[in-house]
Parts: sequence; structure tokens; C-alpha cells
Amino acid sequence: MPIIQVKDLSKIFGKNAKKATQYLDQGLSKEEILEKTGNTVGVNRASFDVEEGEIFVIMGLSGSGKSTLVRLINRLIEPTEGSVYIDGKDLATMDKKSLRDVRREKLSMVFQRFALFPHRTVLENAEFGLEVQGVDKSERSQKAKDSLEMVGLGGYINQFPGQLSGGMQQRVGLARALANDPEVLLMDEAFSALDPLIRKEMQDELLELQETMKKTILFITHDLDEALRIGDRIALMKDGRIVQIGTPEEILVNPANDYVEKFVEDVDRSKVLSAEHIMKRPETVDVEKHGPRTALERMRKEGLSTIYVTDAKRNLHGYVTADDVSEAAKKEVKDLKGILRTDIPKVEKDTSMQEIFDIIHDSPVPVAVVEDGKLQGIIVRGAVIAALAGSEVNLNGTNA
Amino acid sequence: MELMPKIPVAEWISSATDWVTDTFEFLFDFIKNDFGDFIEIFAEDWLMGIPIWLFIVIVGLLAFFVSGKRFGLMAFSVIGLWFIANQELWEELMNTFTLVIFASLISVIIGVPFGIWMAKSKVVEKVLTPILDFMQTMPAFVYLIPAVAFFSIGMVPGVFASVIFATPPTVRFTNLGIRQVSHELIEASDSFGTTGTQKLFKVQLPMAKKTIMAGINQTVMLALSMVVIASMIGAKGLGQTVITGLQRAEVGTGFVAGLGIVILAIIIDRFTQNLNTQRGD
Ligand SMILES: Nc1ncnc2c1ncn2[C@@H]1O[C@H](COP(=O)(O)OP(=O)(O)OP(=O)(O)O)[C@@H](O)[C@H]1O
Ligand SMILES: [Mg+2]
Repeated sequence: MPIIQVKDLSKIFGKNAKKATQYLDQGLSKEEILEKTGNTVGVNRASFDVEEGEIFVIMGLSGSGKSTLVRLINRLIEPTEGSVYIDGKDLATMDKKSLRDVRREKLSMVFQRFALFPHRTVLENAEFGLEVQGVDKSERSQKAKDSLEMVGLGGYINQFPGQLSGGMQQRVGLARALANDPEVLLMDEAFSALDPLIRKEMQDELLELQETMKKTILFITHDLDEALRIGDRIALMKDGRIVQIGTPEEILVNPANDYVEKFVEDVDRSKVLSAEHIMKRPETVDVEKHGPRTALERMRKEGLSTIYVTDAKRNLHGYVTADDVSEAAKKEVKDLKGILRTDIPKVEKDTSMQEIFDIIHDSPVPVAVVEDGKLQGIIVRGAVIAALAGSEVNLNGTNA
Repeated sequence: MELMPKIPVAEWISSATDWVTDTFEFLFDFIKNDFGDFIEIFAEDWLMGIPIWLFIVIVGLLAFFVSGKRFGLMAFSVIGLWFIANQELWEELMNTFTLVIFASLISVIIGVPFGIWMAKSKVVEKVLTPILDFMQTMPAFVYLIPAVAFFSIGMVPGVFASVIFATPPTVRFTNLGIRQVSHELIEASDSFGTTGTQKLFKVQLPMAKKTIMAGINQTVMLALSMVVIASMIGAKGLGQTVITGLQRAEVGTGFVAGLGIVILAIIIDRFTQNLNTQRGD
């Protein structure tokens, strides 16, 4: 069962919202309704499911209703119509206590404008959720410290929010939500105030978090690069409506309509970029010199699940997987030849992005860039998507 | 004006007051006697029991620390209090101080909960606002009349009249302070599943603290401004000396006692202002 289910959810701000919903039924636009009734359409008939462990990105221009939608999901705003189910339970029919429990245990929110408590220190801010749940002092302060450490603010625990920069405050907001250890993180433009370097770091951090702790993340952004980088699926919003839901690839390759196309048109660099632009320096082991133990050590250090095997002249022999290697290491096998796999996804330096795209889509290992049988570099999935999104292209990779 | 006979508003109010006086006599008697005794013990046994020099030293030290280890407030307090003692007005000062303390404390104890209630409900706010306006614009002298009816004369009716006059700012500022807390912070609090009480004590009141303290400061100043008026119904203190000066046309006596009130006012005002600090500012 999906952890979040949203069905025909609408929010219309202002009096006589019911009247305005009738106009919506008749297909009037957001502007027309505002003109006729003075009501603002926040969210218009949104429906989607978020699966457990997924990063679901909601993207759209300013005013498209992203913040409203996320507030409907933890019911900070009452919907005009439609329903939200968390773990199959309808929020609308819950009594106050059950709603509080859902908010305490299942959903934690990171706010677009931080919403930190100015009278509490950074640590006390991060402790807030646990304090509300009645967790005792030493335990909650330990958990809060851990999550502050995670966002790189371990040294600032006794400062007040007013003493921190915008980016640091945003990270306190993130730590406050993480300390709660919720099943779902609702993140409303949680990285928008960060500078590009820290932003990328935090995105990686988030991806890792999601991988290791299997968190479900509802991530809001108006930045396509960010959406493509971290989203498992992306929903595009316009004027309160969801116009397309799909994987990053689907959205890039098959924009549902002009709006989506406009969004992605400046990022379609697939035609100009080729493999050598996005490959990076490969981590390898030497088939003649190295045995399973070295391979294992290197993979552990780099956090890899597979590693390519070459010889001294960089001729590509194949790759080994972490499982095989550790098995071999246990059996005291001395070399890698027995466990070498050769079903290598290969491309050349000038292979186009579009082709790489198709190859990498169903490949469990990074794609090898090979010339004359020699390994030149590797391409990871994220790099393709990032490159299509126009974000940082790894130029170092070309001279690897 | 023969067409319309005079509406007997005054008579209605009088008979209503009589009814209240009779019906709650046991309560008023209890307050008048037991509470009155307590006030007297507080002023005459406790406050006046402290040697004058010790009292001045304690206030001076408090002033030093409260003002962030600066000398200005300390010097003013010590010299001011010494001057009052020198003018042989120490007992009067202690009585006045007692009146102000009790009136302020009771005002705050009543005012803060009402302010919270007002902040939580639009209806309550609508009902209470005109009542508060009324309480503050009605000439303070008027409160002396029911005060005397309920509690005869002395300190107790003085405190009663002062409380009515001094409570409104605390109520108003508490309401204002809580309402000023930004919508986003309330949302943040709600999003973590706070109960109403948790939200009040962990977010709203701490954030409103500065505003509430400003209201309390005003309450204290209003209580002090009632000192002379309350002395007309027998509340002891510097106010009585002022009235005596007035009755005997002794400008000097009245002026010195008035100066004493001003000194007390400045000391109390600076103390409460210095105590009004907010974390995270
Ligand atoms: N409390 C409110 N009262 C009235 N209208 C509102 C309210 N909150 C939002 N709106 C309107 O709802 C629409 C969607 O706003 P929302 O804040 O959800 O947009 P957003 O996508 O989060 O934009 P941004 O990227 O700027 O944060 C806007 O037209 C806005 O004016
Ligand atoms: Mg927003």
C-alpha cells in the first residue's frame, strides 16, 4: 500500500469556496475564478500516490500550489474537497489525537521559510519534536545532536537561530525534522537557501539517507536540476493542477504538454553532449596484481557495489561485484579471474546521451567508456540525468 | 424635559451594588479581614522589620545585577531610598510599596489568563475589548465607591480599586503578544503534533514574553498611579501624606511625598524593564 495517497484533493482559499469549485467543474481557469469570485485556487484536483521509500518530487513555478499541497498532506490546511490517506487512514476523519500522533510519528516537515523558534537554541529547536513526544532530556538531546551533526552544524548547538545565516537556518530546520526520525519527510524547498556547493552536498546526503534509512521523502522544489537529480518520480504542477507525473527520464523524453516541454526545453542537451563529457575517472583494480581482499578494501572505501578490472595497460577485462569478491575473500582465493564478469555495458567516447540513456536505464553497473579495448572512464546513472538537466558536467572525466 | 422622565440608572447601579454587598457579605468579610491582616503583616512586620540600611543595600545590589552590572540604577536606587528615609517617610514608602505589589500581583494573576483566553477566541476578544476600554476610561475615583461598599476603608479597598484600574494592560498585551506570534511558527508547532497546552507554553508564551512584560510594566505603573487616589479611602502610604499636605495647604509636605512616589516609580519601572529580556534576541 502506498504510504501517502492523495485523491482529488482541492484547496480554494477565501469565502464561498464551494461556489468556486462549481466553476472549477465547469473548467474555468484559476484567473477567471479569481476574477469572478475573489477566491484563489491553491490546489486543483490533485491525485497521486507516494510509495514507501520513494523520493517523490513536486515541481512547479512560484504560486503553482506546491506549499499548499504539502500543507494539505499533514493537514495544516483543511482541504476544500478530496482526501489524503496516510498508511491507508483518512486524515479527514481522524480525531485530534490521532492526527497529532500521525504528525508526531509519521510526518515531519521542513519549512520553506525555516520557521525556527527564535527563542530556542539550535539544539532546542532540533529537540522540539521529541520534546513534544515526551522523550526524556538526555535521549532527545543525543538524537538532536546526531541530526545536527549530520547536517554539519555540530558546532553551533548553543547559538540562536538569529545568529545563523539563511543556509544554516535551513539546515537546522532539516535537522529538526530528522531528529524526529519520521517515516515521511515533507520538504518544502528545503534546499533553496543553500549555496550550490552545500546544496549538492545536502542532496547527496538526502539520497544516502533515503538509501540507508529507507525514508519516504516528499520533496518540493522549483528547480528542475534538483528534481531530476534526486527524484525517483516527479510531479509537475501548474496553477494548482498536476500536469504530469513520471520518472525523470519520462518527463525529459516525453513531456506531457507544452508546459512541461517549456520547463525541460533548455535542459535538453542530449544532442550536444556525449559520453566523454560526463564520464568520470574510474576506480579500478589490476587483474594481475590485486586479489579479492584489495578489491574489497577499495570498494568499501569508495562505497561501490561493483568495480572494473583492468590490467597495467588499462585493457578492460571485466568487473567484479561486492558479493562475489567477499565470497572469494572468505575462501582465501588469491586472484580475481574466477569471479570476473564480462557482460559489460560499453559505449565509446562519442556515443550520444540519448543512447547512453537507453543503455544505462537497465544496467546495474556503471557504463564503461572504452576505446581500443582500453577503459577511459565510467558513467553513472546520476551523471546522465544531471547532464540532461544541464547541471554540472564532470569535465575532469575527459582526461581520466 | 417633561416628556421623558429621567431614567434611574444611578438607582439601578446602587441597588445592584447593594445586592452584591449583601449577597457576598461573607466573602467580602473574609477578604477584608484575613487578606487585610495579611497585607498588614506583610507591610508592618516583614518590610518594616528589615533595617532601613539593609533594605537599601539589598535593593542596591539587586539593581546592580538586574541592570547588567552597571552603576546607574544602583546609584539612583540607593540615593533615592536614602532620601526618602531621610525625609522620615520610610513607613509610608513601605505601605505604598505593599499596595503596589499586591495590586500588581493580583492584576497579573487575573490578567494573563484572561489575555490567553482572549487570544484563543475571537468571540472573547470581541466581548472583552469594550469592557477593558470601559475599565480604563472610567475615572479611577469611581471605583472607590463600590470598593468602600464591599470592603469599607483601608488597604483592601485600595488594592481592589487599583486592581480594576491596573489590570487591562496586562490582558491586552498578553492577547496581543500571543496573536503576534507568526502563523508559520504556529504551523511549525502544529506540524510536530503539539497539544494546545504544549503550543501555549513552548511557543506562544515564550514568544510573547516581551510584549506581556511590557503590559505588566504598564500595570505596575497604573497601580502606582492609584496610590494617591486609594489613600482617599484610607489606604496608608505616601498618598496619605500628599492628601494631608493638600488638606492643610502645606505645599512642601505634599511635594516631598510626591517626590517619594516619583522615585519609587522610576525604580520599579527600571527594574521591570531590565528584567524584560527575551532569549534569542
Ligand atoms: N493563506 C492563503 N490565503 C489565500 N491564498 C493563498 C494562501 N496561501 C497560498 N495562497 C495562494 O495559493 C496559490 C498557491 O500558493 P503556494 O504558496 O502553494 O505556491 P508555491 O507553489 O508554494 O509557490 P512558491 O514556489 O512561491 O513557494 C497562490 O496563488 C497563493 O496566492
Ligand atoms: Mg511554496
